[in-house]
Amino acid sequence: MSGHTDMVLVDENGMRIDGRTADQHRPFKVEAGVLNNADGSAYVEIGKNKVLAAVYGPRECHPRHLQNPTKAIVQCKYNMQAFSVSDRKRPGPDRRSIEISKIISEALEKVVLTELYPRASIDVYIEILQANAGTRCAGLTAASVALADAGIPMRDIVPALAAGKADGHVLLDLNKEEDNYGQADVPIAIIPSTDEIVLLQMDGNMTREEFDHGIEMAVAGCHELYELQKDALKRRYSKKAEEESE
Amino acid sequence: MSVMSEIKRDYIEGLIANGKRADGRSLTDVREIKVVTDVIESADGSARVKLGNTEVIAGVKIIPGTPFPDTPNIGVLTTGAELIPMAHPTFESGPPGEDAIELARVVDRGIRESGMVDVEALCITPGEEVWMCFVDIYALDYDGNLFDAANLAAVCALKSATIPGEQYGKGENKPLPITCTPISITEVKVGNDLIVDPNFDEEQISSARLTVTTDDIGNFRAMQKGGCGSITLDELSLCLDRAVEKGAEIRKIIG
Amino acid sequence: MNYIRESDKMEKRNARQTREIVVPGDILDGTGMRPGENAYVLDGKVRACVMGVRNVFQNTVGVIPLRGCYMPTSGDTVIGVIEDIGPSNWLVDISAPYPAPLHVSEVPWKVEFGDTSRYLTLGDVVLLKVLAVDESKKISVTMKDSGLRKIEGGRLVKVSHSKVSRVIGKSGSMISMLKNMTDCRITVGQNGLIWVDGDDENADVAVDAIKMIEEQAQSSNLTDRIKEFIESKIPQDEEYDDEGDE
Repeated sequence: MSGHTDMVLVDENGMRIDGRTADQHRPFKVEAGVLNNADGSAYVEIGKNKVLAAVYGPRECHPRHLQNPTKAIVQCKYNMQAFSVSDRKRPGPDRRSIEISKIISEALEKVVLTELYPRASIDVYIEILQANAGTRCAGLTAASVALADAGIPMRDIVPALAAGKADGHVLLDLNKEEDNYGQADVPIAIIPSTDEIVLLQMDGNMTREEFDHGIEMAVAGCHELYELQKDALKRRYSKKAEEESE
Repeated sequence: MSVMSEIKRDYIEGLIANGKRADGRSLTDVREIKVVTDVIESADGSARVKLGNTEVIAGVKIIPGTPFPDTPNIGVLTTGAELIPMAHPTFESGPPGEDAIELARVVDRGIRESGMVDVEALCITPGEEVWMCFVDIYALDYDGNLFDAANLAAVCALKSATIPGEQYGKGENKPLPITCTPISITEVKVGNDLIVDPNFDEEQISSARLTVTTDDIGNFRAMQKGGCGSITLDELSLCLDRAVEKGAEIRKIIG
Repeated sequence: MNYIRESDKMEKRNARQTREIVVPGDILDGTGMRPGENAYVLDGKVRACVMGVRNVFQNTVGVIPLRGCYMPTSGDTVIGVIEDIGPSNWLVDISAPYPAPLHVSEVPWKVEFGDTSRYLTLGDVVLLKVLAVDESKKISVTMKDSGLRKIEGGRLVKVSHSKVSRVIGKSGSMISMLKNMTDCRITVGQNGLIWVDGDDENADVAVDAIKMIEEQAQSSNLTDRIKEFIESKIPQDEEYDDEGDE
């Protein structure tokens, strides 16, 4: 958020550098059931972000001291692949990915019916193949589709999307340039059936008005993404049914 | 740890002893190969490879850096591999373990010793600056024979790679200079038979493994024996013949 | 012995309904029906909490899962693999989130303390019955009942436990057809492991047929397709008399 540039991020007509208007998100792509070994999996693109998520479980919880006798725990591991960013990222967890893993685990734990599987662990692995601002949102979006694909009981599917601010404009779904040189970034995730927020972060500088406007756009964007998440899961089975009834 | 049932073990062993395999292949068939290159725009070269149900992604990053003092005019080539827990229930997160390190080193050896990448052409300013080429390999779905899948992914990613001169103000973008296509063929020993391109179950019940990497003219460039079992000289000879023959077939498939 | 009644019930409820695929969060009913299995109520509306097929039974609406792991219930017959050996028990992998401990007092032999591996060792396959599952999902199993035993020879096939009821068929129609037409001994575990024993070629056909049932579980007239498939592989001496289910 602290970068400075002469680059015009939003022009006089309100157009952004990638041709979007303020309230437009980047193209979404959601696919369910993309891996063989995982119990559930999903692939998500939000603009140039490319993300894979895999779910294993519920299975025995390791390490054992993390076991909870009354419910399952959701353990998420967010990892950026070395070639996913413009400079090569050193493999392995860093403070950023550990924090993201934690908040995504917590967001998912809210919707998963963990009390059905005491002592177990539901393991969620998010791999960022390509990053372009918004990987935690794309990762969480993919993870919740993978959980549903694994047949894990959950209240709802969770979409996530960011709002932010660049060149003084409140914008939906910041791209990399807007994220680097803008003034604020607010990723959120919601439970669409109730509009409850399960993930929220903010950094930068926004007025109350700007923030409210940003959240409103992000919630609307999440609902659009939610339709694609549901469609991806249903498509997986309707395609099969069609093939069978040829 | 996953324990295989005795019934499954007996079944697979019985088939192989009769020259058959559970997935219908002959003992020397390689599974279907699917390659998609340039899948990651943030990488300078990339490939996603499926070998049957084993799936691997490899990305290449090419960055200017300082040469090693003893090779001041030669570029740097580094290969890393990670067996991420996404790929199999038995893989655990954390720093690369011995299996991942062996995998990376065997793939690295094939690429390095075959001279696939012309590292001398990676010199920018002699003694001061060279291109450093990082190949990072991730297993996404593991159904046996990561060695050959990782080799294919790394080789295809390198072949598709571009030196990003413009990004660093070091001249024009140009293709990474490639001289040949090293292909590895891995076989495992089950009972008294050697089978090409083992799947997960076959690997589990095997006693020994041999990976042989050949170049375009069928010369041997790298080998690695693994597993606690042994192989005879006759078996070795058979593996070498097959590595040349199968290597040529795969070279045709990936072009 | 080879199956239990619960699956018949499922199959009956399931019969002859349009197979509407739902995902977590989807509204199943807003007209006052009661929530059935895998459903919950939010603001007076019944919603799905797993991905599956919407299922109406009298005035309840629920979901028959398409995916998900096996959760044992008492009375289930399961096939398991010995995965660890202790001095007075074995741990059995029954494809559930938790391994099932099999105590020496629950096997049909008199086993001295520390002598367990002489009777059952790693990789051995056993046919067991689930005695009880307590609130924290601790499982107890037994091998002391008629038909329960160590299984040797033959083949093991794994299908998703949610497809077990299709493999068995309405009132066991599918499984008896399989057995009659392939002349194989077949034992179905509720956990999705199936043991097939017979002449090599016939066993191959039986295994392929079981895999076909799993893949095409969603399609109608499955019994006819399977019958055709087996007929094309194994010439039948006399026309097998299909009792005309589905």
